[in-house]
Amino acid sequence: MKALAARRHHRAAPVVLLLLALLVTGGVYAVLAPSPATADTASTADIETGKKLFQANCATCHGPNAEGTSEAPSLVGVGAAAVDFQVSTGRMPMQMNGPQAQEKPRQMNEEQTAALAAYVASLGPGPSIPTEEQVDASKGDPASGAALFWTNCAMCHNAVGAGGALSEGKWAPELHDVSERNIYNAMVSGPQSMPVFNDANITPEEKRDIIAYIVEQRDGSAGGLTLGSLGPVSEGIWTWVVGMVLLIGAAVWIGAKSS
Amino acid sequence: MSTTINSPAEPTTPAGKAADFLDQRTKIGVLTKQLVRKVFPDHWSFMLGEIALFSFVVLLLTGFFLTMFFEPSMELTEYHGEHPAQLHGQLMSVAFASTVEMSWEVRGGLLMRQMHHWAALVFLASMVVHMMRVFFTGAFRKPRELNWLVGTSLLILGLGAGFTGYSLPDDVLSGNGLRITDGVVKSIPVIGSYMSYFIFGGEFPGEHIIPRLFTLHILLIPALILALIGVHLFLMVLNKHTQYPGGGRTDKNVVGVPAVPVFATKMVGNFFIIFGVLALMGGTMAINNVWNYGPYDPSLVSAGAQPDWYMLFLEGSLRLMPGQGTEWVIAGYTLSLNVLIPAVVIPGMLFTFLFVYPFLEAKVTGDHREHHVLDRPRNRPVRTALGVAFLTAFIILAVAGSNDLLATHFVMSLNAITWALRILFFVGPVLAFWITKRICLGLQRKDRELVLHGHETGRIVRFANGEYIEVHRPVDEQERWLRVNYEAYRPLEIAPATDARGVRRKGYRSDRRWQRISRFFYEDRVEPVTPAELAAAHAHGEHDEIEAQRGTPELVSGSASGEREH
Repeated sequence: MKALAARRHHRAAPVVLLLLALLVTGGVYAVLAPSPATADTASTADIETGKKLFQANCATCHGPNAEGTSEAPSLVGVGAAAVDFQVSTGRMPMQMNGPQAQEKPRQMNEEQTAALAAYVASLGPGPSIPTEEQVDASKGDPASGAALFWTNCAMCHNAVGAGGALSEGKWAPELHDVSERNIYNAMVSGPQSMPVFNDANITPEEKRDIIAYIVEQRDGSAGGLTLGSLGPVSEGIWTWVVGMVLLIGAAVWIGAKSS
Repeated sequence: MSTTINSPAEPTTPAGKAADFLDQRTKIGVLTKQLVRKVFPDHWSFMLGEIALFSFVVLLLTGFFLTMFFEPSMELTEYHGEHPAQLHGQLMSVAFASTVEMSWEVRGGLLMRQMHHWAALVFLASMVVHMMRVFFTGAFRKPRELNWLVGTSLLILGLGAGFTGYSLPDDVLSGNGLRITDGVVKSIPVIGSYMSYFIFGGEFPGEHIIPRLFTLHILLIPALILALIGVHLFLMVLNKHTQYPGGGRTDKNVVGVPAVPVFATKMVGNFFIIFGVLALMGGTMAINNVWNYGPYDPSLVSAGAQPDWYMLFLEGSLRLMPGQGTEWVIAGYTLSLNVLIPAVVIPGMLFTFLFVYPFLEAKVTGDHREHHVLDRPRNRPVRTALGVAFLTAFIILAVAGSNDLLATHFVMSLNAITWALRILFFVGPVLAFWITKRICLGLQRKDRELVLHGHETGRIVRFANGEYIEVHRPVDEQERWLRVNYEAYRPLEIAPATDARGVRRKGYRSDRRWQRISRFFYEDRVEPVTPAELAAAHAHGEHDEIEAQRGTPELVSGSASGEREH
């Protein structure tokens, strides 16, 4: 500090300060500025960037104009929601073939995802990315959400969204870590084996209720450890692993004490 | 113990006087003395049954609490409790609502419910483990066959108690279970659909099943279990407890400690531990959160819908059975083999095996003596192998019942798992039988080896002529007793097909059949070391015993008559 204090009257001090101020301003701008650009308003520039990104990363399978090939479906009309879901969860671009695309660390950043979404959305009308308000769990009603979830989702995703198996190695993923926006995206776009739940089927308000129910599950269980929320099988395993091991251990211990 | 009936002295203390008063009128002193001095052999595996007994006590205590708040009614109601938020205003049965209320509104209610459920799972698990101990050590042999039957009935009643209790909350999971039950009942030829209407009081789900199951769950089944536990314990005291083989233990004595104080102290301690563990589980591990499954609605099935672990084998059996081409309509009646075989025939076979095994084994052994000294599992290779094969089949079915979780957690194809388990269900038990039998025979040979030649000491000695040997330390008397004091049963010997005058003997064919089964049991065996063999081994001198028994002649593959015995 002393060294700094001694030099504050230095000739170069104003210049250094000015440079620092510029750097901070520029840095803060660089961090904050793109975020409004990701909102629904897709500029022509975004679409252009998106097209380039698409041709570099997606066109091999989906075709140069997203018209689809024998390998992958056409993306005309899938909407921004589908792109946002697939790309932001890392499922697309896909790295290997399998029963279904797997979640992995995302390859495109927020900006690139938005650009890609804008491009695909420009190809034909389709479901768009929900607004913040549409996915605000605190505005939803978990009771209505629970009833809807048990009727429409639980047969694949399990009653609390712990995930479940589908045929031939496919699966319905666990929902606890999925962001609210992507839960909504998935409902309107129907990725992989999932059916589309359009707004006539489940209204946007009901979708928010469902999100509220799923978010409520993140609080854990009133009765203690959730044990994975997998139901009786995991409970049975813990019966043996915790209960029987402790009790047989105790029996061995009591029996080992010399009488 | 100052108050015995023979005591001439008048009691002086108040307690003594009270005891004397009681004794003069009931002769309770004699009974108490007998019980107090009753000798119990000491081994940890004899406490497995206690786990079942005491978890049943916990079940009674917590279950009593639950009945104070549970309403067994299928009438519809709207939920108005504050918690959990996800049920606000939902339509549900009173049974479901009262289950949720007792969990969220009643102080200690959730703890009691969870303790009750964990205790139920542990109750069944400890019964199975106890049964395994009894089976593998041959404790079901004469005079204890009856107690084996009582125990097996207790297991079935335990399954019944578990099933009826699981169905009471009327949540989606329990409703799914009842729907499967309904399907199974309907698969019974001819009378199935009538039975289903009878049980449910009309078409499934009706409005009667929950009150009916409630009566079964809190009255009939527990009363039967209590009564049979009484018989079970009475027979145990009457027949005296079995003991593990060891020096000085024979079929004519019981080596152990008196019931009071040592055994009773251990028993009480064990009770507190069991109660503690169950309370700990109930307090820290969530189980059966019914509000997450939701009130029962026949149209709902969620992924991961499974029964509790003890019923998983039935679920697995149903999941493995191929559906196509196994359902026929004959003269207007549907024969659903796709349900009948996995849900009725397979469990029927499993339980029949359990019920008849003691009698089957006695028959093929031709053994009518009483046995109070337990077998070491290795000394009865086929019994042990059959037990392991049985467990293998049970576990494969239970795994099949969890095939969807297997698929998601090990990233495998559900269809591939199902096919693999279908094959494994037939191959697995056979493999398990063969491997276990071989291991048992191997262990028996190792025992022979040990008795004949003693322990390796690792001490190498060189003789003057340059020969090296390893010094063996002979086994001590206790070790030897344990390893030679068993009987290697031989296949049944039967009378010839014709009598002395060449007339065909009646019953020969049946005898032959039994002999064939007997041969399956006892054809391969390892005879225990005889005193002569031991003397011979010792006479070889201390150093060249390695050459003594080359070529394992001890494994005899004898004919039925045992004539080829050397």
